[in-house]
Amino acid sequence: MTAVQPLIDPLTMQVLLSVAAALVAVGVFGALSQQSVVMVMMGLELVVNGVLLAGGGAWAAISPTRPDGQVLVVMGLVVMAVEMAMGFAVVLAIYRARQVDMVDMATDLSG
Amino acid sequence: MNADAVAVSGVVDLVGVGALGAVAVALGVAVFVVDSMARATFALLGSFVAVAGLLWTLGLAYLGAVTVLMMTVEMAVMAVFMVAFMMNPAGLMPMTMVHAGRSAAAVATTVFVVLVVGVWVVDWSAVVAGASTATGDGMGPTGSAGAAMVEPTLQVGRAVMGSHMLVMLVVGVTLLATILAATVLATDRGRYDRFGDDLSRRRPDDPVTGGLPR
Repeated sequence: MTAVQPLIDPLTMQVLLSVAAALVAVGVFGALSQQSVVMVMMGLELVVNGVLLAGGGAWAAISPTRPDGQVLVVMGLVVMAVEMAMGFAVVLAIYRARQVDMVDMATDLSG
Repeated sequence: MNADAVAVSGVVDLVGVGALGAVAVALGVAVFVVDSMARATFALLGSFVAVAGLLWTLGLAYLGAVTVLMMTVEMAVMAVFMVAFMMNPAGLMPMTMVHAGRSAAAVATTVFVVLVVGVWVVDWSAVVAGASTATGDGMGPTGSAGAAMVEPTLQVGRAVMGSHMLVMLVVGVTLLATILAATVLATDRGRYDRFGDDLSRRRPDDPVTGGLPR
């Protein structure tokens, strides 16, 4: 049985995955360090951005004849849309109720 | 295409991927470095566009286009929210809005090191070989010499309407629930909340009394 040729070589995929890891790390830093709720959301977006890239890279290098990698990218896009919509809705609700726009002021659920 | 041409093509791919990747990461870092929140928003958009370009170079033209279109609108909305909610939307007053910066940097560095070590330690040639001989999913022949590469957009379209339809079902219900929940959360208390369904209440039913009368 002859193997199907991947679209990119493993070295290119490793570079892609390293870039994705950098995007995830920068996003984690932003989500943990920012005080503004909107900036925290931007950090989470960067994390998902890395996931999109990793999914596409893995699809092209490992199994371009199967749709799994592409479906993972679609899921990532949906997660991003849901996070954005719910994040803005929560920001609006808590700002309207208590004039809160910083995570340090919304510690109701902290242990 | 001879071997030399393949090798040159591979180098070009690698250089292009590395350049676009560097742009994506640099703009991602810029999001948390620039003073202006409007600039931060557009830096994030630039990072997404660079990643969309990378997806495009991988042959995923449809997903790349969706990423660009979605993120352009999303970042436009985010810019409006930035101006509405941030204290310093234009960056005219230098200020820092960071807490636990050192521990956050330590966690981010650890995440990066662990992921990169994993990426460069794994024997990917064995993974690729294992995947290429795996059983197909009914979407066409896989693992054989005649395994024609299906056009990627057709492939994902067939998948979400066929073998991966559960994903499509979950995504559809999730997006519907998001629309409803976000609308409920973002909508202010209206007159029917304050004065009842038939608007007959004399005093408004407010969480904090003293609001405007009818």
